[in-house]
Amino acid sequence: MGRTLTEKVLGRKAGKDVRAGEVVSVSPDYVLSHDNSAAIIKEFRKLGVGRVRAPEKIVIVLDHIVPAADEKYAQNHKSIREFVAEQGIPNFFDINAGVCHQVLPEQGFALPGLVIVGSDSHTPSYGALGAFAAGIGRTETACVWATGEIWLRVPETMRIDLGGRFRAGVFAKDLSLKLIGDRGAEMANYKAVEFAGPAAGELDIGSRLTLANMSAEMGAKNGYFAPDEKAFEWLEGRARRPFAAVASDPDASYESVLACDLDTLEPQVACPHTVDNVKPVAAVAGKPVHQVLIGTCTNGRLEDLEAAARILRGRKVHPSVRVLVVPASWQVYREALASGALAALVEAGCVILNSGCGPCLGAHEGLLAAGEVCVSTSNRNFRGRMGHRDSEIYLVSPATAAATAATGKLTDPREFS
Amino acid sequence: MSRGAVWKYGDDVNTDVIFPGRYTYQIMAPEEMARHALEDLDPAFAKGVKPGDVVVAGKNFGCGSSREQAAACLKAAGVQAVVAKSFARIYFRNAINLGLAVLQSEEAAGALDTGDAVDLDLARGEIRSAKGTFRFLPLPASVLGIIEAGGLIEYTKKRLEREQE
Repeated sequence: MGRTLTEKVLGRKAGKDVRAGEVVSVSPDYVLSHDNSAAIIKEFRKLGVGRVRAPEKIVIVLDHIVPAADEKYAQNHKSIREFVAEQGIPNFFDINAGVCHQVLPEQGFALPGLVIVGSDSHTPSYGALGAFAAGIGRTETACVWATGEIWLRVPETMRIDLGGRFRAGVFAKDLSLKLIGDRGAEMANYKAVEFAGPAAGELDIGSRLTLANMSAEMGAKNGYFAPDEKAFEWLEGRARRPFAAVASDPDASYESVLACDLDTLEPQVACPHTVDNVKPVAAVAGKPVHQVLIGTCTNGRLEDLEAAARILRGRKVHPSVRVLVVPASWQVYREALASGALAALVEAGCVILNSGCGPCLGAHEGLLAAGEVCVSTSNRNFRGRMGHRDSEIYLVSPATAAATAATGKLTDPREFS
Repeated sequence: MSRGAVWKYGDDVNTDVIFPGRYTYQIMAPEEMARHALEDLDPAFAKGVKPGDVVVAGKNFGCGSSREQAAACLKAAGVQAVVAKSFARIYFRNAINLGLAVLQSEEAAGALDTGDAVDLDLARGEIRSAKGTFRFLPLPASVLGIIEAGGLIEYTKKRLEREQE
């Protein structure tokens, strides 16, 4: 019987042959944290060790509230910068880098076959490039800093075989929402999700990052694509170290196998207040909207900004809507400047914010008042997430968000194609 | 363990309603965290919760972000355990790492209601109430050591001390 990618990656780290269900102790290649590093530092100090075990394995990206919105956040950032200097942590990205889940792939940390843990729930994003990547908490991150090790239960794997091809106006985000809507927000709780089938290899890296990112909303421990030529090509000039890619064996054992046909997929929307409350956009079209957010670790990449710009170029944002655009990283920001996408969005009346998490987590830069409705390309629409508990969030693709920005009402992007 | 009253909620109770994101990146003392516990789900909870009370919920409790305050705020509020049909994985880990008991029991989560008095017996793996006695899934041996040490920080501290000897 063969092994899944997850079993192979964790087994190689553990130095033995492992199967789903076993508990292994491994030494992660990288451990990620962000603004919550300030809280992690406090836990680390309780452990009574002066130094972190391996500074070169720690990656810290300031992205949640950048630049600092008030004195408390400023103090957090300051304490993180001081810790980085004190411990000699080489991989530190300050407020001009972007969202960690875009920065780590772009900067060549997210590589095939690596084990990456991060104190952020969307850490599974790096599976887009064939890494094993899972989210952990702050206390656990402090302990990994001190010991260099973590225990993990090797997860069972759910394989999703993708066939067909997206029709115009339909994107990876719509696919992720459809999967979650059909099967519920805990469809893959504790499991690994492998995106496979003939259509998986056709997807660009941006789409793979969106799907791996959204595997967190399926409850998954990790979500991944088998690394292929497309991934290796994307990593050329980016990978900061050699890597040994692995993929699942043809006779690997899966907990379940689903099939999904892209041909019949329509634009989808997750309605308030859960990610699995999903309907076709056509069924909710016409809902008046106050704010549109285009960005985040799910959908703030160049492809996403260009999809929005294609719709808004030469048009104006509807006067009843405010539109916030957050390039996922400064690299994306520069590329979107060069491609003309940002100019088109600014001319249309969008507000461009600094690369980071922006208003997705409801801490700054555009919170919602009671009764307001936001259409967002982010990944969570929980009650109160982006502001008042009586505001509403609808999750969509960047194309649907842009079409909505143009009309002021939730709009199927195919009306603009 | 001591007796407590049940606070009952539904499926998919997420970390944003357990501890809102607007407070997540402010570093707070435990008692302040407790005042915001379940704020966007049930504003009456933080005012009415008593030490030893038990939160009972449906499937996928704690889904959403990795924020540890979602476990810490309930512990700080005096909650002795969360009983649910199932837990989201990061929440499950965080709760254990902080020493908050997370007990999986489909039957108990279905039968118990707000206001019910329950006795928890972690050693025997039992939840006792007027509606019956329910078993919960025993925690894996690999995590019992963490709970016995009083949480991951204490567990790791002891381990590091042993290494230095």
